[in-house]
Amino acid sequence: MAEKIAQDGANSSVQKDQSMEIQKRMLAAHAEKLWKAKEEGKKVVYTFVPGNLTELILASGALPVYPEINALQSGMRNLSADYIQEAERIGHSEDVCTYVKCDVGMMLKGNVGPTGVKLPEPDLLLLSYTGCFVFMKWFENLKQHYNCPCVMLHVPYQADGVVTDAMKQYVVDQIRDDVIPALEKVTGKKIDMDELRRRMQLSRQAEDDLVWTLQSAKRKPSPIDAYFVGVYYIGPLFSAFRGTEDAVEYYRALRAEVEDRIKSNLGPMTPEGVLAKERYRLVVEGPPNWTSFRDFWKIFYDEGAVVVASSYTKVGGLYDRGFRHDPEHPLESLAEYCMGCYTNLNIPSRIDLLEHYIREYNADGFIVNSIKSCNSFSAGQLLMMRELEQRTGVPGGFIESDLVDPRYYSQANIKNRLESYFQMLAQRRAAGSAVLHGVS
Amino acid sequence: MKYYLGIDLGSTTTKALLIDENEEIIGRGLTNTRCNYFVATEVAKSEALNSARFFLLKRELEKALIDDSLKERLFDELGANFRLEQQLSHLDLLNETCEKTAPENVKDGVSSIFKQLKTDAQEIFADVKTDQSRFFRDMAGSAYCAAATKVSESGKVSFDSLVAVYDKAILQVENQVPEIDFQQMARKAQAAMKKQNGQKAEMHEAVDKAISSAAVLDLKIEQMVGTGYGRQRLPFEKSQIRSEILCHGLGAHFMFPNTRTVLDIGGQDTKAIQIDDKGVVTNFQMNDRCAAGCGRYLGYIADELNVGLHELGPLSLAADRACQICSTCTVFAGAELRDLLSLGESRENILSGLHQAIVLRAMSLLARSGGVENEFTFTGGVAKNGAVVKALDELVAENYGERKLNIHTDSIFTGALGAALYAHRAIDLEGAEVA
Repeated sequence: MAEKIAQDGANSSVQKDQSMEIQKRMLAAHAEKLWKAKEEGKKVVYTFVPGNLTELILASGALPVYPEINALQSGMRNLSADYIQEAERIGHSEDVCTYVKCDVGMMLKGNVGPTGVKLPEPDLLLLSYTGCFVFMKWFENLKQHYNCPCVMLHVPYQADGVVTDAMKQYVVDQIRDDVIPALEKVTGKKIDMDELRRRMQLSRQAEDDLVWTLQSAKRKPSPIDAYFVGVYYIGPLFSAFRGTEDAVEYYRALRAEVEDRIKSNLGPMTPEGVLAKERYRLVVEGPPNWTSFRDFWKIFYDEGAVVVASSYTKVGGLYDRGFRHDPEHPLESLAEYCMGCYTNLNIPSRIDLLEHYIREYNADGFIVNSIKSCNSFSAGQLLMMRELEQRTGVPGGFIESDLVDPRYYSQANIKNRLESYFQMLAQRRAAGSAVLHGVS
Repeated sequence: MKYYLGIDLGSTTTKALLIDENEEIIGRGLTNTRCNYFVATEVAKSEALNSARFFLLKRELEKALIDDSLKERLFDELGANFRLEQQLSHLDLLNETCEKTAPENVKDGVSSIFKQLKTDAQEIFADVKTDQSRFFRDMAGSAYCAAATKVSESGKVSFDSLVAVYDKAILQVENQVPEIDFQQMARKAQAAMKKQNGQKAEMHEAVDKAISSAAVLDLKIEQMVGTGYGRQRLPFEKSQIRSEILCHGLGAHFMFPNTRTVLDIGGQDTKAIQIDDKGVVTNFQMNDRCAAGCGRYLGYIADELNVGLHELGPLSLAADRACQICSTCTVFAGAELRDLLSLGESRENILSGLHQAIVLRAMSLLARSGGVENEFTFTGGVAKNGAVVKALDELVAENYGERKLNIHTDSIFTGALGAALYAHRAIDLEGAEVA
């Protein structure tokens, strides 16, 4: 087992807690706002993470709710199994996306969010991303249940690997002609474009610090785990806090914290303390499993495996490839953002991106966690793996699990595969020293 | 001489293999895994050690005797008797346990069954056909059932109550590690052989000497390595545990040095492994959690058709065409089988389709792992099935061109061999850090 050292670096421990504390505070404050939304006359908009229009929602004075995030948090808190069963009871098939079933089940059971606070009903459903077909069906279900308006933003897929001017104009037109009027109708107020620009300026600042943090994993050893801890890092920027002062503060603190880890030469934080020895550097494709998140993570850190880059931390935007929200061109920039999230890339672009990560971050291997629930992610993964192996010579490992359905996560099975995979990496590394030749 | 042991704790069988410091294979042990990994390991290990002593005994005799044809016969007879003696000691234990646990009204019936089994012991345990199970529980079980049928014909005791005694006792017997005294067992074998065909005195003298020296040989196990599905349960240090992927890769490389691709179809998983010219694994793929298309699936099919596992291959090869099979799902296997039978399909044609479906699944794993670009080795229990081998050979040729397909007679020991080699070569994976 990888050796662990206690959290004796007092500074890092305090700072780690600091960014975590800030995030916790932000989440609690947002939950409080949602709880009081109706009595304070605030409007509530349900929307999705990929390509979300958070700045626009906030500029309209409404509050966003992200059903996907509720689902994954329910998964982490062992609530999802019951919700999924509830959804299956009303007829959702075993094959339906488990985020959807978890959310539908939660709604049927009184819409009490994962933190125990009852969520307000939506005044508007903003279907901001259509790259996932399931999203449309999901909001159709919610529309029927809540009997509220639903506005759809059709986001063209990057089939040819590029965003053309025509595509951008198509999305801008929809934002201007459909989304903004829908928001204005619900809130009864015109959107203040200066407020939108101000928020997008705040987004930029936070985005810079997130990119810096994620790219710190290029260092050897890496001060962060860009998957298991990375999912916490992306939280504020991919959800309700982009375009807020809170997010700017969070990412500034996070960056300082990582800078400090680098100064003290500390590896990534794990639930059992700081990882003492980085043995394998990995790139991971696909979302994590949420229901056994800790156990899943433990398989990695017990072996000294650090994830240095992941595609999942790009579902809310490919900031590390240069995109920033641009206050000078707010609608165009939002349009570009919507089309640029990871799952909207075609398979060749995803391969290019992962290849770039494997090389730039000096990875020893890459793992595909193929999610039963998620076609957007899983389709084409085997092909991607083969192509990446051919291009980089780095071996791929393939495991299967699910987002929030605990029935599709098997610890023994995944552990067996990953341990075999890590041993293979070690053996390949040892092979150079000719010890394998034996007696001859 | 130093010795190295590899243990492969599979889901169906547990294998132990002993090599010496020259990497010569000198002992093999094979047992059914039962529900008890510890006992299975001990049994396989003790079998491997005894078989090693026997191997060394033969080596000793090689030196002492000159006449080659006589030697062969002697080894064969001594070996057969040695194995028979081991089975007889198991039978004694089973007898004792059955008599102890049998209800009063069944005791007489049980006694007459064992009387019969002991009379027929030679037939039951020694004259086993090559494709039949050699596990004690299977050989003794079918003989016991046959004898119980006869006994129950008297009307005094029911078949079911007799079999219930066996079922309970065999679990107890299997969960004990039998104490086998090599010297004693070999002497018994020698005596039996003498009785059978009273050979020359000088030969017995040589055998006597060889037994004495083999029995006292210090088989010091310098190091051992465990692998297989149950490896986490082995009471070994982490450094003495290797994944079955690495072990199958190295084992197959040792058997066939030009192998670059290894396909292993075991009880509940299928592995496609790519190795380099040193036996180092460069890539691998395993089936998902579902055991469809693995050995266990064939087991269910055999049960459904009420035939032995070893009969599936030959039946399938007698097909005139292959049925289309929708799924290799183990859970639905029975249903699909009955559907097709009800449509009037022959067992042979259905089986042919099933075997092809299994191989198609394996082909997809092979493709995922990097294909079959060179010499190719097939390992695991399913490699014994001729119909699978034939379909695999054809599909590999169709997809990748003609490739040399190796199946070793020791195929089932590939993982254990790899583990033993790891034990000997003491490759320190932990020591290999990021440069």
